Formats: sequence, C-alpha cells, structure tokens
Amino acid sequence: MSKELIRLTDCVMAFDEDIVLDKINLSIKDKEFLTLLGPSGCGKTTTLRIIGGFQTPTSGDVLLDGVRINAVPPHKRTINTVFQKYALFPHLNVYENIAFGLRIPKADTKGIKVKLPEEEIDRRVMEMLEIVNLRGFEKRRTSQLSGGQQQRVAIARALVNQPKVLLLDEPLGALDLKLRKDMQNELKRIQKAMEITFVYVTHDQEEALAMSDTVVVMDAGRIQQIGSPEDIYNEPQNAFVADFIGESNIIDGVMRSDGVVEIFNRRFQCLDGGFERDEAVDVVIRPEDVDIVPEDQGQLKGTVTSVTFKGMQYDIIVDFYGFKWLIQTTDLSPVGSRIGIKIDPDGIHVMKKSAYSGMFGDYSSYSEEYEEISDASYDPEEEDSGDEE
Amino acid sequence: MKNKLSWFAVPYVGWMALMVVIPILIMVVYAFTTAEFEGTLENFAEMGSYASVFLRSFRLALVATLVCVLIGYPVSYWMAHEGPGFQRMAMALIMLPMWMNFLLRTYSWMSILENNGLLNQLFRNIGVIDLYNQIAPFFVDLRNAIAAHFGAAQTNFVPIEYFELIGTPGAVVLGMVYNYLPFMILPIYSVILKLDSNLLEAARDLGADSGRVFRKVILPLSLPGVLSGVTMVFVPSVSTFAISRLLGGGTQMMLGDLIEQQFLGGAYDPHLGAAISMVMMVIVVVCMVVMNRFGEGEGEAVIL
Repeated sequence: MSKELIRLTDCVMAFDEDIVLDKINLSIKDKEFLTLLGPSGCGKTTTLRIIGGFQTPTSGDVLLDGVRINAVPPHKRTINTVFQKYALFPHLNVYENIAFGLRIPKADTKGIKVKLPEEEIDRRVMEMLEIVNLRGFEKRRTSQLSGGQQQRVAIARALVNQPKVLLLDEPLGALDLKLRKDMQNELKRIQKAMEITFVYVTHDQEEALAMSDTVVVMDAGRIQQIGSPEDIYNEPQNAFVADFIGESNIIDGVMRSDGVVEIFNRRFQCLDGGFERDEAVDVVIRPEDVDIVPEDQGQLKGTVTSVTFKGMQYDIIVDFYGFKWLIQTTDLSPVGSRIGIKIDPDGIHVMKKSAYSGMFGDYSSYSEEYEEISDASYDPEEEDSGDEE
Repeated sequence: MKNKLSWFAVPYVGWMALMVVIPILIMVVYAFTTAEFEGTLENFAEMGSYASVFLRSFRLALVATLVCVLIGYPVSYWMAHEGPGFQRMAMALIMLPMWMNFLLRTYSWMSILENNGLLNQLFRNIGVIDLYNQIAPFFVDLRNAIAAHFGAAQTNFVPIEYFELIGTPGAVVLGMVYNYLPFMILPIYSVILKLDSNLLEAARDLGADSGRVFRKVILPLSLPGVLSGVTMVFVPSVSTFAISRLLGGGTQMMLGDLIEQQFLGGAYDPHLGAAISMVMMVIVVVCMVVMNRFGEGEGEAVIL
C-alpha cells in the first residue's frame, strides 16, 4: 500500500435536521480494496456518493490526490461507479455501453478536447470484454443478458475509462449465492490485475472480510472501526462491531487487573490490558473459541437449550446462569445435557463500554438472522445469586 | 393467440366488428363502385385533380406536428423536472381546455384572429399597426429598388387596417397545434418521468456533461414518447375539417373538407368521398408503419 489517494475530512451530510453522516474522517490509499460495511441507513452509500460527486457534503472536505474536489461534478472526476442496479443503457448494446465513456472527447494536456480514434476505442473495449469474460457478447442487447453478465458489463463500462478509483455500490446484491462467490473472486482478480483503488459498499460482512484490504464499519452515520479484516474480527472496538461482524457472545465483565477479567463472578485469563482497575467492560467471546469439556472440568457450567445442525458444525445455545451463549462445536451435545466450557486467554476479547453495550450478544431470542437484536433490558446481575451450582 | 377467446371478449369483439370492421368494408365497397353499385376504378382516376388538397393536408398536418414536438418536448421535459405539486397543476392547466367543446374552442380562435378580432384590436390599440404602416414603406421601396435593378414589376404600398390572420395556413396550423398539443405533451411527459435516474447518473459518472447526457441518453430513451405523440397529433390533424373550415376561411381546403363535401355538401358523391377517404387512410397507415420502423431501429441507428 502506498500513498494516500482520497481523504475525507470531517464530512457531514445533513438533510434538514436529519444527519446522515456525522463527521466522517477517512483516508483511502492508492491501489487499496476498501470496503464500507454497515447495515442499511448507516451512511455507507452516502459516503460513496460523496466520493463519486453525486452529493456534496454539507460541511467538510473531499480530497483526491491532495486536491479539494468538493465542487467538482461527477463527469469531471477520474472516478467511476458500478451502480447497484447496474444502470446499463437499455438503448445501447454491450459494446456501446462499454464504449460510452471512451466516446466522450477528453481535454488533452493543452486543454483541447480530442476524440479517441475508433481503433483505440475498439482495442480497449475488446480488451475489457476479455477481462470480464464477455468476448462475443458485443452485439447483444443488455436485456438479453443474465444478472451476472449485466454486472460484468457494468464493471467493464466503468473500468474501461481507467479511473483512479472504482466505486462499487452493493454490486453483487442482486445475484444468487453461488454467482456472488464467483464474482467476489472475479472482482478481486480484476482489482489486482488493473491496480485500481476499489471502494466497495456492502452490508454483507462475509463479503467484506473475504475481499477487502481495509474494512470500514459504519453505523448511524459514524465510522465505528477501521482496520484489516483480521483486526475487525479479532479486535472489535465495540459491541456493535463485534455483533455485526460474525457471531459474538457479548457479556458484561469487570477488569480486575491487566490480563484478568471477571465474568459471572469468575476470573478468566485474557490478553487485554490498559483498563482502569475494576472497570466495567464488554467481553466478546466468539462461538468457535469455546471448548466444551465435561461439566466438572468447566470454568463455567451450563445447560444446552437448543441444537442446530449447520453442516460443518452444530450451533448450540447454552444457558449460563440465565444468559444464553452461542457455541459452535463439532461434537453433539444433546438438548438438556449439562456441559462445562473452557476459554483460552486468546479467545477472550475485552472492549470498553460504549453506547452499544447491552444491545447485542445475547442469544436468548436466537434466530438465524445475524442482525437480530436481543433484549436490551436484560440484566444478568439480578439472577446471579440464586443460580449457583 | 392460441388461447380461445374468453366470453368476456365477446362484447368487445362484437363492438369492434360493428363499429370498425363493417364501416371500413362499406367504405371499400363504395370506393370501388358507381352510384348504381357497379364495380369501377373511376373514383380513383379522379384523385389526381385533388392532389393540391392532399398536399396541403399533409403539409399543414406535418407543420402542426413539428410545431407540437418543438413546443411539447421542452414543456414535457421541464414539467417532469419540477416538483409533484407543480406537475399536478401544470397537467390540470394543459387538460383544462379539453373539457370545453372542440367547436367552441375553435370558434373562440375565430373571434381572436378575425380582421376585427381581439388580436387585431389589440394591435391597433397599442400602435403595432401604425408602426407597421410607418416601417413597411421603407421595405417596399427597397424591394422596388432591387426589382427595378432586375427590371421586375414594381409594387405600391397600401397601408393596412389589420393584419391578415384568419384564412391563412398559419391560422389553420395554430388551430391544430392548440387543439392537439396535449396529445403530444402527455406521452412525452410520461416517458421522461419514468426515465431511470440511475441511467442519468451513470452517464454523468462516465464523463458526460449535461448536454451529452441529454443527447445520448434522455433523447433516445424518450423517443418512443415522441413517436406516439407524433401519431396522436398527425392523424387527427391530417383529417380535420372543422379547423380548416373555421380558421382557414374557405381558402385552406383540406382532405376533411373535401370528404365532407362529398357526403353532406353540394358535391354529393359518397362513392368519390369513400375513395378519397380510402386513399388518405392508406397513406396515413403507410406513414405510421414507416415511422414506427424507423423508431424501432432508432436505438441503434442514432447511436452507431
């Protein structure tokens, strides 16, 4: 990763009283694959549209290559977009859709508008068709193409202009799962081959983790965390990120000292430090980091309340003192059985309390939906005393 | 059309047979027969003598259609880009005249355009006619000077009392445009309104400035609206008779008037009238087919 290409400084987007983006600060490096990830309405698409020039921030600056471009209209930016619903021109065939940008006269170094020669246009369109595997489709009408093919035409149409940045607004949202996986690899391959910065918007955390160099997690118009996929998954900064990326059990804990956290009145070894003594914290435990052991050997003991077979593993819900955890295991523990669990120090991640504390991470109302928000008013302290084994 | 027609279609089919197919058949029969109902082509042989009426009809209808496009497109475009409240109001204003009787509207134009009508009174009162009488001699002199140079005839300037508005081709075109403009605006407006705004953003994103977005995306995609507008204005224009008679002052005879004369007027000859109607119908149908062909290929033709 080299120099910085795009910078957003204190970008605010407000429609009347409604603040869509709240002081966004973001730096995008050259040749980077950056993903804006978040639930719908989090401001990710607005951020993309600000970079593309379709919206001007209410306040704050947008810089491209160090130059302020707030007021530069989209057609004068060296940035191209792949739109969510492709937005292919229905009156043009595949070839002409891709050639659309090339046919527009561009100012040369002396500022004189010049048209590309027809052979040059033809060469570049054919090259792009090759890259997106659509050779032989030149004369097709866009309505005759499948969703995946239309998607590739949209990508080719944007990339043929050799933009500095390609913006992709949930480009795979309308495709089925199999095709989506293929296109993820395809996009990654194209990005590597063409060495172009990709800014990718999605609400699919798996997609974000699989494709990105950098993931920007957003919610409620704010950036919650910026980091590599590994950072985001392993070291979430707050309960929102922990819940949104993957599955998480988020438990109230107290930091007794560096490396020691107390959950349910039991002390656990962990790797985190730098908190105040006895500071209340959120503790994240990923379902796959929990080892199931016989009940008498467990650090915590609980009852299995539900088992779901997921192919690679079982998702089991275990009740610990009234708080339900999701645990992923390859061994079947039947419903109603008593189990003990062990957690290694590197399986425990401690986070500062945030506005999101208490909103996520309880599987009492477990469903297959990732976004399911559990009962926020639940307080484990009340049930702690009487439930000792 | 493999499915058998549902019983619900019976009234429609019956109605269409009674009101469309049978009248056309009657027209065809009349066109190819004499007054004694003997087969003949004589009715068509006379057609040549009406060539000037045919020409005038198609010319005026064409001009009216063109004017309707030139006015209707920008109006539709502008309307579609305003707020919904404005759009509703504009639509009501455009439809309002159509709630009045067609003849009433045309008679109103008569009293506006007459030699002593509202417009000429206005011109007289604000001095436009006096102004014309002062300026025009200069141009007449100039023309005479040039004519003298080439040895052509001289003209004398006669001061005017009024502008000649009624009884001119312009008045007829005005009447057509006034009456049929809504039929041009409605289809264009609805097509532009339904244009996917993503396409316009995509075009801008690819580097097109607003002029290019219009020429390369909006215009080709709104062409179907223009084509149906053209059909809806041209067909009634070419066959109109009331407008040309009332505003043309008898000097601008069109096909509609000619046909009417054969059925209701002094030149009573329904067989000739049927033949003229048939020729007109065939020409109109051919025009429409050609235009729609052109329209279908448009997507590729304009761009490539």
